Amino acid sequence: MSASATTGLHTGQPRSRVDGHAKVTGAAKYAAEFTASGLLHGVVVSSPIAKGRITKLDITAAMAVPGVVEVFTHQNRMRTAWRNAKFQDEVAPPGAPFRALYDDKIVYSGQPIALVVAETFELARYVATLVHAEYDIEAPSTDLRAVRGSAYVPSKKRSGINPPPKPRGDAPGVLADSQIRVDAEYYQPAEYHNPMEPHASTVIWEGGGKITVHDKTQGVGNTQAYITNVFGLKKDDVHVVAPYMGGGFGSGLRPQYQLYLTVLATLQLERSVRVVLTRDQMFTFGHRPETIQTVSFSARQDGTVTAIRHEAIAETSTFEDYQEVVVNWTGLTTSCENVELDYKLVQLDRYTPADMRAPGAPTGQFAFESALDEMSYKLGIDPIELRLRNYAETDENQGLPHTSKALRDAYRLGAEKFGWAGRNPQPRSTCEGHELVGWGTATGAWDAQMQKTSASATLTPDGKLTVATASADIGTGTYTILTQLAADALGLSMEAVTTKLGDTDLPFSPLEGGSWTAASAGSAVQAACCKVRSALLGFAQEMPSSPFKDVTLDQVDFKEGRLVLRNNPGIGVAYGDIMQASGLEQIHMEESAARDPAVQKTHASYTHSAVFAEVRVDEELGTVRVTRIVNAICAGRILNPKTARSQIIGGVVFGIGMALHEEALDDSKIGRFMNHNFAEYHIPVNADIQDIEVIFVDEPDDMTSPIGVKGLGEIGICGTAAAIANAVYHATGRRVRDLPITIDKLL
Amino acid sequence: MQDVILGTSVELPQAVMQSVSLNLTVNGQQREFVVEPWTTLLDLLRHEMDLTGTKKGCDHGQCGACTVLIDGRRMNSCLALAVMQDGKTVTTVEGLAAPDGTLSPIQAAFIEHDAFQCGYCTPGQLCSATALLQEGHAHTPEEIRELMSGNLCRCGAYPNIVDAITQVLAQAATPEVA
Amino acid sequence: MNRFSYARPDTLTAAIQALAHPGARAIAGGTNLIDLMKYSVEVPSQLVDITHLPFAKIELLPDGGLRVGALVKNTDAAYDARIGESYPLLADAILSGASPQLRNAATTGGNLLQRTRCYYFYDTATPCNKRQPGSGCSAIGGTNRVHAILGTSADCIATHPSDMCVALAALEAVVQVSGPEGDRSILFSDFHRLPGAEPDKDTSLQPGEIITSVDLPAQHFSSNYTYLKLRDRASYAFALVSIAVALEMEGATIKAARIALGGVAHKPWRVPAAEEALAGQTPGSEVFGKAADLMLAGAQGQPGNRFKIALARKAIVRALKQAANGTPQHATDKQIQ
Repeated sequence: MSASATTGLHTGQPRSRVDGHAKVTGAAKYAAEFTASGLLHGVVVSSPIAKGRITKLDITAAMAVPGVVEVFTHQNRMRTAWRNAKFQDEVAPPGAPFRALYDDKIVYSGQPIALVVAETFELARYVATLVHAEYDIEAPSTDLRAVRGSAYVPSKKRSGINPPPKPRGDAPGVLADSQIRVDAEYYQPAEYHNPMEPHASTVIWEGGGKITVHDKTQGVGNTQAYITNVFGLKKDDVHVVAPYMGGGFGSGLRPQYQLYLTVLATLQLERSVRVVLTRDQMFTFGHRPETIQTVSFSARQDGTVTAIRHEAIAETSTFEDYQEVVVNWTGLTTSCENVELDYKLVQLDRYTPADMRAPGAPTGQFAFESALDEMSYKLGIDPIELRLRNYAETDENQGLPHTSKALRDAYRLGAEKFGWAGRNPQPRSTCEGHELVGWGTATGAWDAQMQKTSASATLTPDGKLTVATASADIGTGTYTILTQLAADALGLSMEAVTTKLGDTDLPFSPLEGGSWTAASAGSAVQAACCKVRSALLGFAQEMPSSPFKDVTLDQVDFKEGRLVLRNNPGIGVAYGDIMQASGLEQIHMEESAARDPAVQKTHASYTHSAVFAEVRVDEELGTVRVTRIVNAICAGRILNPKTARSQIIGGVVFGIGMALHEEALDDSKIGRFMNHNFAEYHIPVNADIQDIEVIFVDEPDDMTSPIGVKGLGEIGICGTAAAIANAVYHATGRRVRDLPITIDKLL
Repeated sequence: MQDVILGTSVELPQAVMQSVSLNLTVNGQQREFVVEPWTTLLDLLRHEMDLTGTKKGCDHGQCGACTVLIDGRRMNSCLALAVMQDGKTVTTVEGLAAPDGTLSPIQAAFIEHDAFQCGYCTPGQLCSATALLQEGHAHTPEEIRELMSGNLCRCGAYPNIVDAITQVLAQAATPEVA
Repeated sequence: MNRFSYARPDTLTAAIQALAHPGARAIAGGTNLIDLMKYSVEVPSQLVDITHLPFAKIELLPDGGLRVGALVKNTDAAYDARIGESYPLLADAILSGASPQLRNAATTGGNLLQRTRCYYFYDTATPCNKRQPGSGCSAIGGTNRVHAILGTSADCIATHPSDMCVALAALEAVVQVSGPEGDRSILFSDFHRLPGAEPDKDTSLQPGEIITSVDLPAQHFSSNYTYLKLRDRASYAFALVSIAVALEMEGATIKAARIALGGVAHKPWRVPAAEEALAGQTPGSEVFGKAADLMLAGAQGQPGNRFKIALARKAIVRALKQAANGTPQHATDKQIQ
């Protein structure tokens, strides 16, 4: 089915969120908000040490308090699966996944050592302070810079993550002979997702070994599979329901340890249990990995990039080889014959890093897009012009053409909107009062992916349609775009359509992540709706004296709840009448969608962006204000410009945080991040955010996915921090290569 | 290697059980409770009253997700002990709409301007914005931004939140046309 | 959070009696105390709810000063017409701290009793002399970006986190307290103490004593003042460095000056010599620079916070300029004047 089939009243139009009412009235229920009679409350006790062994774990005082039901530790927990593979979820990197309360070994600071379960939350919180632990402490290693020499190439590739491509040409040779070079090192600190909703699981004991699980997850299917594998349960006994998620950004891709603990407690006690992590405990699992990058590249005087070497050294844990794509973007966005990209890992005594909004991309793009900017000053070529002169028409990493790439238009439209032509190329050229004003730009890129997804569509005689897939809406607007697509597919109002998500009883969907959900779930919903269309026509043809007897699907329209003849819309019949005539209570269809495997082999598909930033720097005091961002986005077809714009703004705000605020501060003596709360780990507040303008560049693409959609969740952050850092240089003449750009770095 | 004792174990005074009776008017309804002194208003709302619209984001007054109106003022309910609110009036996000379900102007404006994504900070933002509109100290986008900075939004809906509030401020400033 | 008993006295005498209970703590706004109790940093045996005591008023004093009751909410103080007109420095300092919600809960007395934001003080997984005397200071040699550069000791490098107190220090407020031994007045500069060998003691308040009001002297400094706060994001963050400046001008000459620094020491930092050096001078970069040097005499940084010395020096000069020019910094204005 072609993309054009769903253009209609709603798709492509700005529409308010269909879940808006539930969210502004408090009716939307999140994982910790489901309840059951006799619900117990669990509170996690965390390890103060990063490495060593528990020598004593005394729960006597805790257990003595009336109302305490159990204190789970490695000494008394039930047996769970033995093999590592059983703990490996849908996106697990190679290695042995962390198991909470497994044994006496401590492998990172903040590791859960006990779960207190009590009749009330307050009681559990209090009793958690009575659990007494003693440790043998070993010196932890968490200083990435100190141990970077131990970096290694991971022996096993993480599924879905492309390692760097093989070197092309002779980068070292060309670099050695080049006069015009940039050689620099860049640093990305560890960052935490910090969705506003803390991780939580409410597990309802249904009796007879059955449980209903409300988990903070980006994929109910992943949660279900993890539980069945780890606890040896049958799929039918584990029903996962998570209709809303209070922000994910990747933190809800892998099952977090509170899920394991809650299920364990529920099964062992045969009672319903809820566990909510504290904000501080939100700093005790996956994070954007701390990464050091070195870039060397050379160019000719005319701006042609002649050779690139880009290496990243990133942290991982001692038990898994977490991998993300950091350096490949460099070979993707810049056309160059001599390219050598490397990606290595260093083991630290920390929890395994996790995918965090556009994992790897803004990290790698901060480094290389900063380096390109450095080169533009060296050559005296405008930064946009330099990018245009090295524009990659194809994906040179894979040697494949793009399904579409309108990045040239993005540079042009973004520059126009921003007023880039009026930029004085000289750093420090604009001063207003105490502030130096700077303009910078950078390119962003992210994968346009699609994952096989199933959906159902159910039409009832009252003209109401329900579409469903097990995917999630983590704030991205999935409920809304699926409603738009379905409404248009069957010519209904959006009010006549109900979209259901986040339930393992619904048709299969992979995790919500990687920006693939709109393309994947959207295509699946559309495919299911198309089956309903065919069915409607089929049944209509069986009606007595049917005007549709000899017509085909392309000769009819589905409009305002009626099947009508395209060339004579006056002739038609209401869906309800068709169904009544056939004695149907409903038409229920299920269908799957996936990317065309032929396209997969022959084409590469990415979203791109051109980010323009204006900063104002009080040079004396080192303060930076991001006063203006223009982000021109190439992401194929835009289903809902209103929610799409919000997605990009959100990504930009994340990027501003990355550029100016976010850093988990490690005390490497004790191997612990010390600013583990919202007061000291800064994410942007309202006052940090000023004008953000989003442009969606026209980019028709009928190959990337059946509905022409590429996805928007990640692209907004890509390139943003680099554009800001480049603007800071333009303002001040100071190049900050260590994120975040805090006051001390500009004094 | 050294043997040390660290962590959450602290010398605690002898446990004192004590329950206190408490009168609260929540979203127009008067209620009586018997609570322990260490129960926060936030946990009382969420656990005892099943008013889960009010969110726990940090439990330490660092994010604003738990913002409710106490006697008309915006407060972090996570830092308010329930016992200390005796006799007070509390409005949560569930109480912002009119009794007939008509959304308040700021609720409607949040939907119109797409001032949220995941929705988790939204109840706090709405209570905070409702109070801000009544306080009368915010007139410009700059003032709105500053006076809404006690409510974090990780989805980054800030510009749309400011637009929504700006619109309601403008509506309030324009006399209704008959 | 530990278990405790709860008392709600409605007279001062009853409150003082209740506070005599070992381990008792007074609670009003609770914005910091509840926060710390949830971390088991504070473990009171009894909470004495003092919000029913009659200290929620702002009153004129006979000498022309203003008495701000200990229970006056930070918001009410900041937007009070008399404070806005006569003590705008105080209003600006309050409004640059915390968030509207916290200011609605926090009280004048409680603001004075805020505890440090040192990461280690908050984290019971780590040693901290302030939390557990004798256990050691983790911040020295640890993560110390937000820590003190002045008046530190070998046992503690924590800072006092308040903005309001920096203005009160500059205004030379007087803290009125009542206790088992009666009433007494404490000069603001004597209220908070340096850590020395007893970093667990933040203030000179004696056991059982309760703050009843903070009195503002008649000298207002309502024309030439500023509160300049530098922090890691635009709002809702503690100060890296903040400066309260109050100048009394006589024509183009500084007659008297007050400077207090926040975010740099265990108490709002004042240096009489720096203020004296400004008296009788004409405003100018050189004069201001000298004052800044005197303010920062003896400053010592740690690897993580050494930048604060340079930052404070420049910020003091800027703040002095703002005050001299009569262009105070407002919390809403993110462009620094």
